[in-house]
Amino acid sequence: MQYWAIQTLNSLALGGLLFLLAAGFSLIFGLMRIANLTHGALYMLGAYIGVSILKVVPNLWAAAILSGLVVAAFGGVLEKLVLRKLGGNVLGQVLVTLGIAFILADFCLVVWGGDPIPVPTPSWLQQPLRVAGLAFPAYRLAVVVIAVLVGIILFYFIEKTRLGAMIRAGVDDREMARAVGIPVSRLFTTVFCLGAALAGAGGVIGGPIMSAYPGLDADMLPLALIVVILGGVGSLTGAFVGSFVTGFVYTFGVALLPDLAYVILFLPMILVIAFRPRGLFGKFAA
Amino acid sequence: MKRWIVLLLACIALPLVSGEYYINLASQILIFAVFASSINLLLGYGGLPTLGHAAYLGVAAYLSALVALKFGLGHLAAAPAALVGTTLMAAAFGLIALRATGLGFLMLTLALSQVLWGTALRWVSVTDGDNGLRGLARPAPFGINLDGATAFYYFSLVITVIALAFMARFVSSPFGAALKGTRDQARRMSALGHDVWMIRWLTFIYAGFWGAVSGLLFVYYHKYIHPVSLSLANSAEGLLAVIAGGSGTLAGPLVGAAIVMLLKNYVSAYVERWNMLLGFVFVVIVVFMPEGVVPGVKRLWRRFISRA
Repeated sequence: MQYWAIQTLNSLALGGLLFLLAAGFSLIFGLMRIANLTHGALYMLGAYIGVSILKVVPNLWAAAILSGLVVAAFGGVLEKLVLRKLGGNVLGQVLVTLGIAFILADFCLVVWGGDPIPVPTPSWLQQPLRVAGLAFPAYRLAVVVIAVLVGIILFYFIEKTRLGAMIRAGVDDREMARAVGIPVSRLFTTVFCLGAALAGAGGVIGGPIMSAYPGLDADMLPLALIVVILGGVGSLTGAFVGSFVTGFVYTFGVALLPDLAYVILFLPMILVIAFRPRGLFGKFAA
Repeated sequence: MKRWIVLLLACIALPLVSGEYYINLASQILIFAVFASSINLLLGYGGLPTLGHAAYLGVAAYLSALVALKFGLGHLAAAPAALVGTTLMAAAFGLIALRATGLGFLMLTLALSQVLWGTALRWVSVTDGDNGLRGLARPAPFGINLDGATAFYYFSLVITVIALAFMARFVSSPFGAALKGTRDQARRMSALGHDVWMIRWLTFIYAGFWGAVSGLLFVYYHKYIHPVSLSLANSAEGLLAVIAGGSGTLAGPLVGAAIVMLLKNYVSAYVERWNMLLGFVFVVIVVFMPEGVVPGVKRLWRRFISRA
């Protein structure tokens, strides 16, 4: 019983982290029509920058916010200086993000070395929470709470604000949005920075669970892809549902059949692709 | 045609004039050229950007190694088993990946290959995970020992020529013309009565088969297989070779394979930062010479001349 309760909580925590990663990925894909393959690397970069910040500022939340800002700035530069140059050449843009992902991964290896760096859990969250005779790791609960809060804020931002309405218009029909005077190019930068910030902060918040290690990018990117394939491109609800489904499938896959956890990840993806190629909540096929 | 004959003669003459290091490097270029050419079928002629083609190279290599190591069977059984198994997998993956085109296709092929990569890394009881599978032997077709660099080079050359001839025949056939039609005007092709999906699916399987052939050569050459062969980096190197050489041309992947392999071998001899360089080369080629290195350099050179 305790075991399954913990696994459930682990699934939720992984789902929460995946949401931080995939929400930005999905919005960028929805608006700019590019699969940002640096997203896994941005997550890893965020985790490592968080490690360095924690040496100076011993507060995980401050480190997450600062690291998110640094990664957002990097994302903004990348979008303005490189991706903008390749406007209209979608395949070129995706390949450039792939090239940058390799550079970033190697950069992290040079700067922070090849050994995994653990990220300490905040002391007040180290004691497990006891409910009905079961012990729950408090930090994982906190991660779920953060992900749900971020989800609510993002949802409010996208659905209720003027900027969010412009982004939704851009996702639905970019040309028409441009024609009615929405500065779509500026939205690209905004959304790219937002996605990068979430990925970077997510890397730090995930730190106490996953630590920072070389290859973190390659572990996270396929999960983010699967989330977006499941949930549908450009949809926050899709990213949210897809993240938790993937979190559960992966965690229970690892627990039940550790050798074949990756094969099990296949199954929900194939089901969705077979019956609803645009994803559960997607507006258009990618 | 004349150029191809000259190239082939040069390839045949190479071991007469160069040392073992360069013969081995040439073997690697040939193997990689088969791999890149199979990607070119999808990207260059089908307009389908695959970012998961390492799956076919890696799975064929693993299957051949596993049949040899776990069942103790010889290459006569292992090679066909690997080719058939991988081609069937390509057929199944094609059913999934071709639910989409464009970037959706790219994401699906990437996700599928990453799933295989993760499985090869974690299914330790079968693949020995991060250690990889070692203790493999090269085949000895018709009793010819391939352990020497020159013998293996000629073996690779024969297979490469066969592979490239088949792929060249494929794209110049009526089916290949239809494939190019689906790349340029999918809707019109469909209106003309062509089954666009079927054309793409058959091409996907065909490309998977030649990817598997390159995987066999790869595992014979290295006598070792590691999950990194299934990784995104490997798929990306293949894709880079196609784009660097010029996609949609027969010679492009050859030129690109030579560029990528020479860079990889020379640079990794001096610095450890191959991945960073790979990333930079990727960015530079995509941003500055998207039509390929040879025409790209020519164009930049002309611009430089006209300014000076």
